[in-house]
Amino acid sequence: MADAVLECSGLHKVYGDLVAVDDVGFSIAAGETYGLLGPNGAGKTTTISMIAGLLDNDGGTAVVSGNVITTKSTAAKAAIGLVPQDLAIYPDLTARENLQFFGKLYGIKGTLNERVDEILDIIELSDRADDLTKEYSGGMKRRLNIGIGLIHKPDLLILDEPTVGVDPQSRNAILENVERLGAEGMAVLYTTHYMEEAERLCDRVGIIDEGSIIAEGTRRDLVAMVGERDRLHLELSGDASVVEGSVSAIDGVDSCSAAGSALEVVAVSASRALPEVILAVNDAGLDVHSVQITEPDLESVFLHLTGKALRE
Amino acid sequence: MIGAAFTITAKDLKERFRDRSAIMLAIVVPLGLAFVMNLTIGPLADQSFNTGVTVHDADGGAIATGFVEMLADVEAAGFVDVKDVTTAAEARGLVDDHSVSTAYLLPEGLSDAVAANEEAAIIVVADPDQPIGSQVGTALADGFVWEVNAVRLSIGTALALGGDDLEALIVAAGDEPSPISLASATTEGRGFDFSTFYATGIAVFFMFFTVQFGVLSIIDERENGTMPRLLVAPISRQSILVGKLVASFLVGMASTIVLWLATTLLMGAEWGGSLIVILLIAAGVTAAMGLTAAIATFAKNAEQAGAITAFVVVVFGVLGGTFFPVSRISGAFAAISRVTPHFWLMEGFQRSSAGEGIVDILPAIGAILAFAIVLGSIGLFRARDLVRHQ
Repeated sequence: MADAVLECSGLHKVYGDLVAVDDVGFSIAAGETYGLLGPNGAGKTTTISMIAGLLDNDGGTAVVSGNVITTKSTAAKAAIGLVPQDLAIYPDLTARENLQFFGKLYGIKGTLNERVDEILDIIELSDRADDLTKEYSGGMKRRLNIGIGLIHKPDLLILDEPTVGVDPQSRNAILENVERLGAEGMAVLYTTHYMEEAERLCDRVGIIDEGSIIAEGTRRDLVAMVGERDRLHLELSGDASVVEGSVSAIDGVDSCSAAGSALEVVAVSASRALPEVILAVNDAGLDVHSVQITEPDLESVFLHLTGKALRE
Repeated sequence: MIGAAFTITAKDLKERFRDRSAIMLAIVVPLGLAFVMNLTIGPLADQSFNTGVTVHDADGGAIATGFVEMLADVEAAGFVDVKDVTTAAEARGLVDDHSVSTAYLLPEGLSDAVAANEEAAIIVVADPDQPIGSQVGTALADGFVWEVNAVRLSIGTALALGGDDLEALIVAAGDEPSPISLASATTEGRGFDFSTFYATGIAVFFMFFTVQFGVLSIIDERENGTMPRLLVAPISRQSILVGKLVASFLVGMASTIVLWLATTLLMGAEWGGSLIVILLIAAGVTAAMGLTAAIATFAKNAEQAGAITAFVVVVFGVLGGTFFPVSRISGAFAAISRVTPHFWLMEGFQRSSAGEGIVDILPAIGAILAFAIVLGSIGLFRARDLVRHQ
């Protein structure tokens, strides 16, 4: 990848007899959001801990903005912003003081106050900036948690399951922030076990299980990789079996089955097949009462690849 | 590294001064305790023993006069307060109403009987409600009787060996000084008054708790989730450790100096010369940092580290003489007390309070710093276990 902000390959980490991460490698370009999707215990946090310089790896390399990252490499660390899964803020400091403290650690000097105000605007905490954070709601703390990771304008922002335990409103605000950061050109590494978050945010997804990345690509790539098809469920005005044959003959339809007034159609592309299916139903003298399209998602991809659900 | 360490120190100090419980433990509680101890135990401890006695001399002879003079000497030494009476009944009445612990009745003919080597007695009336005073009173009479008997035995021996000038022998025996005498002394020896003792003792005791806050904040960073943020920042792990330790040192110094100034101004405690006191406090805070750091590296969490530190600090405090002078313990305990930094801190402050110079304090400071080096080395050796993200 020409303008990769993060390049990692062969990352390996062992705890005793347990191989926590095995030969993990991927890259992220500027402006790209990469999702690391896997169930709890899959190795996501260990992987990002090595990439962030929190953990020494037992093999492989990670390069951030041209600098190899280790636990001692300050140049590479300066290019990374980490938003840990657990809240990492000081309760006896205000939001402004939290941001100023971490800003100073990242060496921001002359423009620190302006940058702090900018971040407070982004995370919408300007009006509570001088209150102690122990008085904040959970959602406000989460927003500040993200803001601290952004204080030094990192090339790579790593978010480790930032929406775990967050209310729907705050969760949506966090996702909107991440979308905006990606659009502004920041490389984002986002770990989650929520399939819908990965689908919404990520340009590419790496599916990780038992320490290894078992598949990688865009959502469409991954779906195509495992051969999943779209499903159409139609409720008709009469016996659906009368159109079973004609629908099955439509180009792009793999199979069709009727059960009473319900018609189940499996097609390569639901959006392409639907007009012809409706036409065939009307030609048979029936009306379509409802249509439900189910596209294959990452959940079904994960199920297909591992034989287990993401939340198991 | 210095810039990052300074930033961490400033942040820790800001947090510490906003934490009311830390200020309570560092200054308010020890200062209050020192005041209470000084107000309650201090006056009792400062009192020298004194009991009231009275004597009725119905004899008026040489022996009776000698007894009255002996009591006057003891009164001059401050141990008894002799009340005058005119009758034996009045003397007994003083005992009955507990005004004195002991009344001595010297019957008529006492001196003549002694001179004639006949049976004679000093009647001692003791107050059972004042057991210590009456024991002392009885002991004084016993001592006098023992001495008279010794003189009489000496004279009898001299006469048996051919002496013939009875008058001269009595005078010579009476003028002979006692080979052994009692002298008053305090256990504090060098003049460590109780206000100073409690002020320094409690300051030393709480110094180890105060410093503990700084070291335990490293574990707190881990438990609060902020340690990963520090570790991914472009700073060295050493700067995190140095920043924490400097904050710990400054908090320990500040709280102990506040106690020093407050107890000096409000309680009249005399810690000694400023330079020596500051050196002792600095050495003590360093040793406290070493002790708490060594413990913290072995603890699984802040709660466990706090519990272990509290146990060690209380034991060291008791053995080291922060609650009572170690001169009152002996044997193995006295030896063990010397392997606590608390003992050497109290020793240093005792010498400082007595006005001794810096050269006299150096052994104590050396011993304290030896503890700091040994314990601190353990802490630094295991510092990597302390500054980690999980």
